[in-house]
Amino acid sequence: MMEERTNEEWIRALGGVPDAEVLAALRETLLRGLRYALKQRYHVTQSDLEDFVQDALVRVLDNLGTFRGESKFITWAQKIAVRVAFSELRRKRWENVSLQDLVPDGTSEDDSSGASPLSWMPSSELTPERQIMQHSLAALLENLIQEELTDLQRRAMTAITLKGMPVEEVARRMGTNRNALYKLLHDARRRLKQRLEAQGVTVDDVMAAFSPEP
Amino acid sequence: MMSTEPEKLRNLIRSIFMTHRDEIGCDTCFDQMDLFAELTMAGKDAASAMPHVYRHLQMCQACREEFEALLSALKSM
Repeated sequence: MMEERTNEEWIRALGGVPDAEVLAALRETLLRGLRYALKQRYHVTQSDLEDFVQDALVRVLDNLGTFRGESKFITWAQKIAVRVAFSELRRKRWENVSLQDLVPDGTSEDDSSGASPLSWMPSSELTPERQIMQHSLAALLENLIQEELTDLQRRAMTAITLKGMPVEEVARRMGTNRNALYKLLHDARRRLKQRLEAQGVTVDDVMAAFSPEP
Repeated sequence: MMSTEPEKLRNLIRSIFMTHRDEIGCDTCFDQMDLFAELTMAGKDAASAMPHVYRHLQMCQACREEFEALLSALKSM
């Protein structure tokens, strides 16, 4: 169990020239937290964890002035450590994947560039009615995505939602940031929602078509 | 070409229907995630107290992953 400090005690000890003992306690707490949080998700080494925590400590000290005291200091610091770790893990996981390979921009000579990201064959195990419903919904959505979204929105949505690339990795490749890309996707979802509703599609239709067979 | 699984397509359409006019971005979610996590850890109704954060976490997989990791980390303390 870690020694309890008040927020004020943490800030006082870490501001200016940090107290070495308090800094070591913070390091140990963040390390234990990250080890616990990541143990079942990723193959991370002790060396990776120490690197993440080292980067996180720098970020925490640099941003002490932005801590508003709405949560416990240690929760705030752990949040930063988690962000640092996930950013690095995602960067490594996706470093050899280009956006162009994942989602061609439509100007490529590649034969697959014009292919729809949504095309697929409904399982032949489904009833004919459900096959038709799935096919119809996919065709409708595909058409809306092609007609209503910008090229940037279309590529971002495909990369993130259908290909699984994390939003910050797509953002980096598009020369923007995670927050801006989320807003771009939000605009795209709003547009598609309006158009689907205008076509009379309801969320119940979708669930009926795609929910597992009883 | 590689096909899209029905599961992904369903999730995409569901996320479209769950879209709200007002959604906070990842930056605001990050700003408030520590407080949201503490409310959750305390057994409080964080979703009602901070609905914008709750909705963002439902829509954004990257933020949701980080939130779940933060909860795990806090449990280690």
